Amino acid sequence: MKFKLTYKPYGQHGVLVEWPASIDEETLHDVLCFKSKLNSDASQNIIEVRSAYHSLLIIYCQFKNGFDDEVSRLKSIYTSKEKSKKLKSTLWHIPVCYDAQFGVDLESISKAKKLSEAEIVNLHSQTIYTVYFIGFLPGFLYLGGLDERLATPRKATPRLQIEKGSVSIGGNQTGVYPSASPGGWNIIGNSPINFFDIKNESPCFATAGDHIKFYPIDLKEHQNIKTLVDAGVFPIEREVIDG
Amino acid sequence: MVKVLKPGLYSSVQDLGRMGYQEFGVPYSGAMDQYAVKIANMLLGNHESAAVIEMTMTGPLLQFECETLICISGANMNPKLNKENIPNNKAVAVKHGDVLSFGKLQSGFRSYLGVLGGFKTEKVLDSRSMYVPITRASILKKNDVLFSENTTFNHLSKHSHIKVDESYLASEILEVFKGPEFDKLTKTEQKALLETKFKISKDNNRMAYQLEEPFENKLEPIITSAVMPGTVQLTPSGKLIVLMRDCQTTGGYPRVLQLSDSALNVLAQKFTGQSVRFKNLL
Repeated sequence: MKFKLTYKPYGQHGVLVEWPASIDEETLHDVLCFKSKLNSDASQNIIEVRSAYHSLLIIYCQFKNGFDDEVSRLKSIYTSKEKSKKLKSTLWHIPVCYDAQFGVDLESISKAKKLSEAEIVNLHSQTIYTVYFIGFLPGFLYLGGLDERLATPRKATPRLQIEKGSVSIGGNQTGVYPSASPGGWNIIGNSPINFFDIKNESPCFATAGDHIKFYPIDLKEHQNIKTLVDAGVFPIEREVIDG
Repeated sequence: MVKVLKPGLYSSVQDLGRMGYQEFGVPYSGAMDQYAVKIANMLLGNHESAAVIEMTMTGPLLQFECETLICISGANMNPKLNKENIPNNKAVAVKHGDVLSFGKLQSGFRSYLGVLGGFKTEKVLDSRSMYVPITRASILKKNDVLFSENTTFNHLSKHSHIKVDESYLASEILEVFKGPEFDKLTKTEQKALLETKFKISKDNNRMAYQLEEPFENKLEPIITSAVMPGTVQLTPSGKLIVLMRDCQTTGGYPRVLQLSDSALNVLAQKFTGQSVRFKNLL
């Protein structure tokens, strides 16, 4: 393994594993490989493994033989070659209505970036984004891969209420608000898809390592899809890709 | 059934939290003072994670429409059953029509009402802990009705009795471990962090407690990474933020300290203007 990892205690029951500080796909892939090895590890003691850009948090019931012992065990799991099976990932096609009715910040971005609104929609919907992890709100996907030309600073004053489904840009990131929330990102559209649904066994359809591609729809289609989503019968188009 | 006649300042149903959904961005939630919940449930013979009502500073006014046993633990809010004083940390039988009220806060900040078998409210993602948008409501409202089992119980006052250590309610000491970024502080800063007395600011709730005194530092923000209840974050402007049960699952501020499990219970019983200091366990 080419990464030099550090292992730190985090509270009474946790080990934080950190990769060199960087946000990139190679790091993400290695983080997720380690996570998948841990998930298939039989140790009943682990109650939770959570990944972020360059870290894994492992929470235990309790350390069987102390922190140091557990770290040596983790190190050997990390370096073990056993079936480093290819990680499967899914590409999700997500409809977004970029109509000005939703995209309330399209005009200001268009002025600031000297791009037409059509160009913004084009740049935003032609990229395949990578899901790095889920955080901030239940079902909020941290997506990497935004076209540099669309990077827009967060608003100086956050809005008190951003609508559920708002597709937005904050700095060099883009994301969809899974529920109504205060927020400082710039809103360019709205997706009728539920990014978080307690009715499903797994409340998020996407998971770290998956990919997202947005496709533009008009107001009418937005309404139609929303009706189907509310009835629980809208199938999100997807392709399975090998990692 | 238990009817909410008045909800109190901030009352919610909580259990020990929502485990296993953090990778989807779901907060743990759960009772702020889990020691008190475990005591109340133990005295009732409940499972330790049975749902209770968490009451903050000013308790609710509740009417029982069933026969059952109740137990109150945590802060002392002067509980009264039909205007008669009842003690904390003791199982008490209630009858159909009984009214439970609370008076002036005597000690601590959050009190817990357990009921035989636990409150049978909405369970979402394996927990009854209230947290919007996971559950529909975040607090109890007037006229809410909470389901609980009806069990005729001829309770004798000689029944289950234990001595509960309540010294944590008044303690100012928060036991901590080093956080992942503690070593990035200078030696002087590390020393100061562990020796300073901090005041609880008015920004304190189920999500986080901010501390009043600014703590100057030159730490860089970190790449967004996992946080959990008890994590002490330090912002570039010098704010110390202690994350509590409803905190988000990830954060970008340096994590300088991590409270022990019992320190979280201690802090949960503190309110605006009170002091705390950190005590390093390692």
